[in-house]
Parts: sequence; structure tokens; C-alpha cells
Amino acid sequence: MVAKVERPLSPHLSVYRRGVAMMASITHRITGFVMATAGMLMLLWWLSAIGGGEESYTSFISYVTGSGLGDDATTLQHVSKWFFRLLAVGVTFSFFQHLFSGIRHLMMDMGAGFELNANRTSAWLVFIAAFTATGIVALVAVNYMIGA
Amino acid sequence: MGDGTNLGKVRGLGSAKHGSKHWIDQRISALGNLLLTAWLVASFAWLPNYEFKTVAEWLAQPSVAVPMILMLISIFWHVRLGLQVFIEDYFHSEGNKLAALMLLNFYVVGGAAFGIFTVAKHAFTGAPT
Repeated sequence: MVAKVERPLSPHLSVYRRGVAMMASITHRITGFVMATAGMLMLLWWLSAIGGGEESYTSFISYVTGSGLGDDATTLQHVSKWFFRLLAVGVTFSFFQHLFSGIRHLMMDMGAGFELNANRTSAWLVFIAAFTATGIVALVAVNYMIGA
Repeated sequence: MGDGTNLGKVRGLGSAKHGSKHWIDQRISALGNLLLTAWLVASFAWLPNYEFKTVAEWLAQPSVAVPMILMLISIFWHVRLGLQVFIEDYFHSEGNKLAALMLLNFYVVGGAAFGIFTVAKHAFTGAPT
């Protein structure tokens, strides 16, 4: 039996200097995973809540936004409300980050934007645009919930 | 053609001619996701309010139900391709990798079937009143 040699495994992430392009790539993967799992399950839940009629839709909305919870709401209901609110913000950010980063990748697939400065700038723009869009959606959602 | 090592068995056969299919499919479904989510998010944001009646009638329209079904197909296809790469990168044991890929197939086919059925039933039977 030959002793197994522990060779270093590609891609040696830890040997590179960290930069914004690296962060954009890693974040693209994480946000894709978040949407593929939590995002799609929430989408299916939402669709089936609409299909199930008014009661199931109201129940979905109250779980995700906490609307309709009275003073007698249990601790569990409050925990669940904040869990789904945070998840909704996370999925929204994931949507915009993956969308903008995906557009950046499609441009790079066509051979554009590989110059160091252009590449760094576009990676920064992806994050700025994703945070801005998430902020706008969150403000609009909070405004709607307060208004309702 | 040799019959010993795995390399010997395939040497000389040339490429399988589908090496780039996964990559191209991922881009096609990405474009599909881009167009369909843009349409649905814009259409949803345009609604005057988010009461049950408004949302249920919105989803029952052909101009919403059809793109929604197409979006489910495009997204779950993209999920299948993306998470496959994820699994291949992080599952190092062949057994776990096979099991995870099988679960992934069940998840995307099951999720898409559930979503498509839900939207189609809603559109065919009309928004509940």
C-alpha cells in the first residue's frame, strides 16, 4: 500500500491576494446557492399560496412580513417573522447581485472587460448596484407595509 | 484500443463532442432568466396593490401565467446546471457526489413540476373569489 501523498488542491484560494473581482466571483456562487434553495422554495410557496385562495395567501403574507400579528402574538411568531424578513432581504440581495454579476459574466464571456482596471471597476459596480437595488426594494416594501 | 486502464479505453476515440453543451446551456438559461424575471418583476411592481384579489387575478392572466411557467422551467434548468458544478466542486467522495446529483435531479424536476402545476391549475380554474 502506497502512502497517500497530501498534494495541494486547486484552486489554492488562500495564496492569492484578496481583491474585489475575487469577492464578486465568490459572492456570485453564494447568491446563486441561496436563490437555488431558499429563493426557489419561497417562490413555490408564494405561488401555491396564491393558488390556494385568500386564506393561504394571507397566511403566507403574515409569515413573511408579520402583518396582521396582534399583541397576543407568540415568541415563535415573532422569531418566524424576523427569520422570514431577513431571508426575504437576503434573497432580494442575492437576486440583484446574481443578476448584475451574471450580466458582467456574459460580457466577459464575449471577451470584454478583462483589463485590470475595467475588471475591478465592473466588480465594484456589481456590488454598488446590488446594494442600491436591495435598499430601494426594502424601502418600498417597508413603506407599503406601514401604509397598509 | 486498450482494455486495461480507463485512459487506454478512451484514447484515440476523439472528444465526445458535447464538452461545451453544459457551458452554453448555462448561458442560454441565464438569458432566459434575465428576460423572464425582468418581465415578471416589472409586471408585479406595476400592480396598484398587493391584496389577494389583485395578485390572484394577475397570476391567472395568460400574459403572466405563461411567462411564469417559462420562468420556472428556465430557472430550474439553470439551478440544475449551477448546483451540479457546486456539487462536483465540493463533494470529493464519488458516492456522496452521485447521491447529491441524484437529489438535485429530484429537486429540480419535482420543484418545476409542482410550480408549473400550481400556476396552470390557477390559470385554468380562474382566480378563486
